[in-house]
Amino acid sequence: MAEPMGFYTDTTVCIGCKACEVACKEWNQLPSTAGGANTLSGDSYDNTRQLDGIHWRHVKFIEQFPEDRKDGRWLLMSDVCKHCVQAGCLEVCPTGAIIRTEFDTVVIQSNTCNGCRDCIAACPFGVIDINPVSNTAQKCTLCYDRMQAGMEPACSKACPTDSIQFGPIRELRERAEKRVAQLHDTGEKRAYLYGADEKMLGGLNSFYLLVDRPEVYGLPPDPKMPTRNLVPGSLYAVFGALIVGLAGIFSFRDRGASERVEGER
Amino acid sequence: MIDAPSSTWFTSSPHWGWYIIAYFFLGGLAGGCYFLASLIDLAGRPEDRRLARLGYYVAFPLVLICGLLLTIDLGRPLRFWHMLIQRNTFEPMFKAWSPMSFGSWAVLVFGIFSFLSFLAALAEEDRPIYRGVRRLRFAWFQQLRPPSPLGTALAVIGGIAGYFLAGYTGILLAVTNRPIWADTPLLGLLFIVSAASSSAALLVLLAYRRGWTMPGVRNLLRMDDWVLAFEVVVVIAVIVSLGPVARAWLNVWGLLLAFTVVGGMIVPLVMSWRARTLTLSNVTTAATLVLVGGLLLRIVIVLSSEAI
Repeated sequence: MAEPMGFYTDTTVCIGCKACEVACKEWNQLPSTAGGANTLSGDSYDNTRQLDGIHWRHVKFIEQFPEDRKDGRWLLMSDVCKHCVQAGCLEVCPTGAIIRTEFDTVVIQSNTCNGCRDCIAACPFGVIDINPVSNTAQKCTLCYDRMQAGMEPACSKACPTDSIQFGPIRELRERAEKRVAQLHDTGEKRAYLYGADEKMLGGLNSFYLLVDRPEVYGLPPDPKMPTRNLVPGSLYAVFGALIVGLAGIFSFRDRGASERVEGER
Repeated sequence: MIDAPSSTWFTSSPHWGWYIIAYFFLGGLAGGCYFLASLIDLAGRPEDRRLARLGYYVAFPLVLICGLLLTIDLGRPLRFWHMLIQRNTFEPMFKAWSPMSFGSWAVLVFGIFSFLSFLAALAEEDRPIYRGVRRLRFAWFQQLRPPSPLGTALAVIGGIAGYFLAGYTGILLAVTNRPIWADTPLLGLLFIVSAASSSAALLVLLAYRRGWTMPGVRNLLRMDDWVLAFEVVVVIAVIVSLGPVARAWLNVWGLLLAFTVVGGMIVPLVMSWRARTLTLSNVTTAATLVLVGGLLLRIVIVLSSEAI
């Protein structure tokens, strides 16, 4: 297996240009929304709205301004599939369409997916959705085709400020930790890394430098594997089955079978 | 989002709608009716065998409909077989830790068992309920009815498979990251209990409509009382286990859930306990309420999460 590869996104240098979105759409030949009709969301400059089957990159615009607007800031973040080391989507996929590649990334094989949508519900980040053209579940592939040819993914290649950086995860983590230290030294004490270590789903192969709580960026503070409920849920169901089974056996015992006969038709 | 009560609020809806709700309901009835039929076969009296056959007659057509519903719900229905066979290698596709994978095999296996029991029930019939199926009466299949060893094995294994089909759907919802579904481990328990109460109600309803008064019908009624009482406790346990997430039901879905608990569980229980005589009308009313309650319960559980 090749060295694990991924993205490190430094949100403090994102300028919201959406070059990553355009490059992603262009390279992966993703269709436009509503036939290309220009519909505005009313949510800042964000008309992409969400990650889904035809939006594999999504630049979020978070406006933090007080009423008097004397102070304030923009938080900008280019969101994408996290290519989790412990990937919920891959775990539940019943067709084997979702695979882990030699680069430790997570890819949905469109020719195998049958559109059951279990992965959409399993993803803790709301990344996956159905592509209405293929009617299969789709998401960022971390440009698997480009990586196989030794090329950089389209989005990071297009990013003009190096907010999105691509490379071996080990190197990216070192670079990100230095950047956090630099920001702390310059007074931005709120900077921290989201998903860079193994504590979060074994590590996110696309991790972030943030300067506010994850919820502010629309990221879950505590993402979990969907299978956490499998064993307890099954044990409770077996318990229920036993109670119902006992109720059945108790009710079908001969005693009492002749009760309440009178009055029936 | 900033005040979300759980990390599950940051996920996307899988767009599971009416086909899936119908599958959850009918699959529960199919599995539950088969389970009850096998229970009647194994623990009931000889005069109850007709009631057991009714359960098998219900289970097989329903599981056929379930397979159809699941297939048409797929984005690519012609690829339904990818659930069972690997597309590249043509080897079996099975993930024990994925409820959807396990469930796909459960539908197939239960479908086979329910088909065999359907044929066995028909073979035992002197006068089939439906004339159209007379051609399917093959005498050999009588060997697949208890108390023959083969028939007993079929009833036991098929009953377990049916029970699994009735309950795994709740676990399928729990093994996601969606609000409500993944915030409690009790949905499998709730669905299995609800499937049992709905199935008992359906068999009682069908038997009463035919004017059957064998002991098994009264036993089913008695069993349904116990199961309904347990179901009320389980619904309360689900709400408690949700903790702050339960506030997601402080809306029309919560009202519908309250209506379901009162109309589909408590009212039939009160009707059963207070009735001095079980007339056709009050039994059919109570059973219908339980059936509607079983459907409403699944509508609330599925759509209240889909709406977030």
